[in-house]
Amino acid sequence: MKPEDYSRIRRELAGWQVTIETYKLGDVYHCSIANFDPGARFARADGSTREEAESRAIAKATKYLQQTRKFDV
Amino acid sequence: MAATLPNVLVTTDWVAQHGTDAGVRVVEVDVDTAAYDQGHVPGAAGWNWTTQLCDTLVRDIVPVNKLEELLGASGIDNKTAVVLYGDNNNWFAAWAFWQLKIYGHDDVRIMDGGRKKWLAEGRDLSTDKSTFPKTTYKAKAADTSLRAFLPEVQSASAGKKAALVDVRSPQEFTGEILAPPGLPETCQRGGHIPGAKSIPWGKNCNEDGTFKSFDELKAMYAAQGVTGDQPVIAYCRIGERSSLTWFVMRHLLGFQNVKNYDGSWTEWGNLVGAPVEK
Repeated sequence: MKPEDYSRIRRELAGWQVTIETYKLGDVYHCSIANFDPGARFARADGSTREEAESRAIAKATKYLQQTRKFDV
Repeated sequence: MAATLPNVLVTTDWVAQHGTDAGVRVVEVDVDTAAYDQGHVPGAAGWNWTTQLCDTLVRDIVPVNKLEELLGASGIDNKTAVVLYGDNNNWFAAWAFWQLKIYGHDDVRIMDGGRKKWLAEGRDLSTDKSTFPKTTYKAKAADTSLRAFLPEVQSASAGKKAALVDVRSPQEFTGEILAPPGLPETCQRGGHIPGAKSIPWGKNCNEDGTFKSFDELKAMYAAQGVTGDQPVIAYCRIGERSSLTWFVMRHLLGFQNVKNYDGSWTEWGNLVGAPVEK
């Protein structure tokens, strides 16, 4: 199978820059989210539509990002 | 970087053409251990770094008998060309590469650009779990010259006996954050090992995930005073990002004395009394 409807976009979530990658394989949309720096994937979700997969992944990512603490340096 | 330059890199084109050849085994190793199930290079094995590329009892690299079992179950023998790739521009592919070199596997390569480039190029993906005829694999004695342990790092920091390269993000280096955004904190203190230079791993790569050219990499490290003339120790948080930088310095630039400190900040940043710079 070839992935279809591939996209890779950068946006801000909970104050952090992230990269959202989505593609369709067969009947399933796969979405994964990585922090922009350093670039680690930390949330993903599947769905029957792009919107469903991305909204689920974004919800998880937002929850995790909100737990990231910043310290004064 | 051209596929023919170092014999440790292959292109996505090469994998598409030769990935299922006899004597070649493609293996996906991801940060996100579920990524393999979201589609992988057809015929590729999938290794889970959290259970198969480390000791699951004590904090350590994979024990030799477990590695031999894993390679045997993946249909890999001592002469197989192992081609590794994964997400995050090959972070854990490099982690696997480093361990295979510790245990003396001769022919190990990385697919330049990793999963990111394969996907962006719209190449075939499979969701079938690959199975392989079992082989018997015999690893060599561990080559610990590729690995730095805490006492050596402490000595290097105190006596400036080696160039310490911190490959984490600038925010981790300064202690503004304790872990990459969205990931769990694994240390008690933020900052970096005294004397370390900040050269984030991402500077090794182009936007498409491929490695930068030899000349670009050489110039980038030279600008930070890292030339390979003295020993180098790379570290990050748990040792996987630094294994990518280790790969670049050892196998793309040809530095002879480069070690990966896999204890990394998770070890140093939890040590009672360890000196920290911010």
